[in-house]
Amino acid sequence: MAESDNIVVETAEKIFADLADPQTVNNDKKDSWQAPLWQALSEAGLPLSWVPDDLGGSGASLADGFALLNAAGRFAVAVPLAETMLAGWLLAQAKIASPEGEMTVLPASPRDRITIDADGALSGRCRGVPFAKAAKHFAVLAHGKDGVSIALVDASKSRIESGLNVGYDHSDTVTLDKVQPVTIKAAPKGVDQTHLMLMGGVVRSLQIAGALESMLDISVRYSNERVAFEKKISKFQAVQHNLARLAGESAAALAAATSAADAIANATSFDDEVYLEAASAKIRCAEAAEKGGAIAHQVHGAIGFTIEHILHRYSLRALAWRDDFGSESYWAVELGKLVAKRGADELWPLVASR
Amino acid sequence: MTAALRFDPIRLPEKCEQLRKEVRAFLAEEIAAGTFDPHKPNREDTDAPEFSRRVGAKGWLGMTWPKKYGGQERSFLERYVVTEEMRVANAPTRRFFVADRQSGPVLLKYAPENIKMDILPRICRGEICFAIGMSEPNSGSDLFAAKTRATKTDGGYLINGTKIWTSSAHIADYMIAIFRTSPPTKENRRHGLTQFLVKMKQPGIKVNPIGQITGQYEFNEVVFTDFFVPEDHVLGEVDGAWKQATSELAYERSGPERFLETYYVLTELVRAVGPDPDTRSAEGIGRLVAQLHTMRRMSVSVAGMLHAGKEPVVEASIVKDIGTVWEQQLPHRVRDLAAFVEETATNRETLERQLDFAIKTAPKLTIQGGTTEVLRGIIARGLGLR
Repeated sequence: MAESDNIVVETAEKIFADLADPQTVNNDKKDSWQAPLWQALSEAGLPLSWVPDDLGGSGASLADGFALLNAAGRFAVAVPLAETMLAGWLLAQAKIASPEGEMTVLPASPRDRITIDADGALSGRCRGVPFAKAAKHFAVLAHGKDGVSIALVDASKSRIESGLNVGYDHSDTVTLDKVQPVTIKAAPKGVDQTHLMLMGGVVRSLQIAGALESMLDISVRYSNERVAFEKKISKFQAVQHNLARLAGESAAALAAATSAADAIANATSFDDEVYLEAASAKIRCAEAAEKGGAIAHQVHGAIGFTIEHILHRYSLRALAWRDDFGSESYWAVELGKLVAKRGADELWPLVASR
Repeated sequence: MTAALRFDPIRLPEKCEQLRKEVRAFLAEEIAAGTFDPHKPNREDTDAPEFSRRVGAKGWLGMTWPKKYGGQERSFLERYVVTEEMRVANAPTRRFFVADRQSGPVLLKYAPENIKMDILPRICRGEICFAIGMSEPNSGSDLFAAKTRATKTDGGYLINGTKIWTSSAHIADYMIAIFRTSPPTKENRRHGLTQFLVKMKQPGIKVNPIGQITGQYEFNEVVFTDFFVPEDHVLGEVDGAWKQATSELAYERSGPERFLETYYVLTELVRAVGPDPDTRSAEGIGRLVAQLHTMRRMSVSVAGMLHAGKEPVVEASIVKDIGTVWEQQLPHRVRDLAAFVEETATNRETLERQLDFAIKTAPKLTIQGGTTEVLRGIIARGLGLR
């Protein structure tokens, strides 16, 4: 996506360019960019893009929200924008209004589970929860004897063991021990943990694709500036071919992520076709993060390995995003099982249905 | 952004799905009638002239061309569906594939009217087979080093020289070839080549089959000795073939045939592991399916751009680069994953036979129709590196 084609993305890109410029952010040792960025995003209604007007949000379409997150990836935005959007979306599924401020979702891994006891209290331990430390509220998907519910939880009622992911963003362990939610409602039919994980996976896929676009961009630019052996390194065929491969990985990530986003935005239910799209996006984007990021670093040489250079803001974050809402290994196993269960002669019809 | 690559999520329109059903029904009938075996890789030296005519009769050849030339004026996206269903079924497309994809569009653009009226309807009826005369013994990827001469004579040209690696030349009725009409200039080394339509199976042309490592004889050496080509068989500008090459590449490089050539081993692997695979097999299959799905979405996206009248040369090159590397690695990945398949799997023998052929086919996939190195050069140029 070279240029934005809607007002939500335009607004976001302007805010990112003004307040989340990667070089400025990287130079700022005190993180003083964070508060103004969050404030501007909030004033523009972006964190609650996926929350309808009557539930306190700005009511943007799924498609616009996805495009906005792709843009956030292009700037390696390191505030809980994606997490708050996802939380607002989850709450809206059960018609729960979103409060102001930062949010994140529980669980953030398909292997973790929150349960509801007879008193309606929530318990469970969730690892790798992005930005839990910064969140004022959690949107929680929980399992009780009556099925799946969605709850709004006050973050201060939980125990948080703080941690950092490989991209230096908060990725925390959250424990709920008989916590009474602020609000809890039954999830509508079709919204379950798999649905949440696939939705989260597509969000991460779009962010990874955005980060790869920027890695390609800055790698091409650097190769046209850096001189070695008396010529620009972009003139060496070995470098050109590496960058061509990076372009391929970036293109594959973008295609997989935007296709899955389009599939979800137009889906009426989470059938096998949407499952294929969303799981494939997470698998392929994670692979691209590894392969593409390695090339971007190779092109940059030692300078890209320094903390002063912005490359790591993209490369490490893209690697970290692989882990959230199910890694590529997890989804590959699940997708493989689905394909095997459908049978050999149903594989092509599934692929061709998209 | 220096690199503005776009792969919009194009969806095939509803009418494509109706067409897909028709193609599947047709192929099922052909399989039932014994025309071909879908479990057998599409041996490229298999010639199926009657099948070709039946595909033509369905209106699936030259289907995007004007009706006055026998076409159906249908969309590129519809053609896409026909192509991918044929490929996945291992249908014997050799006789018509090149004419439908490549030669026909060249004639449409550059041939004089009388030739279009003569040849295009016969392609649409599935009656004639085309070859492409590009490579020579001393020029492969470096297309513009071609030396086979076309010397002006009364009413046409005399051709002398040799083309090589020419697929299907042994069965082809026509070839579209580039010959040297002038030497290159100092300013432009690509100058001096002209595109010609050549009628095969005539004196002055000798076709010598060349054995391949798969055991097939599918490509050839084609020797021209004072072979006469009439004036009106010149396609486009004399000495200006280099201007005509690029727009065709997007068609040639981004289709489903660029990642489905070894697809059959994946289907057979899924059959072999059964409905309840171990974790290792499941993960391997899941990754391969995710990669396949992604490439197909990229390929459909490029088809959508072509449909919209764009020339996505860089995007098409990316699809072919990623697609051919993938289809080349696929048999090896499937072999890895099949290593622990139960001895009792009912299709074990089929899978092993397929792997044997796919592994032998694999090396050519990143060479034919533009090598990986050439493609990456084109992508690099698109990125502003050259």
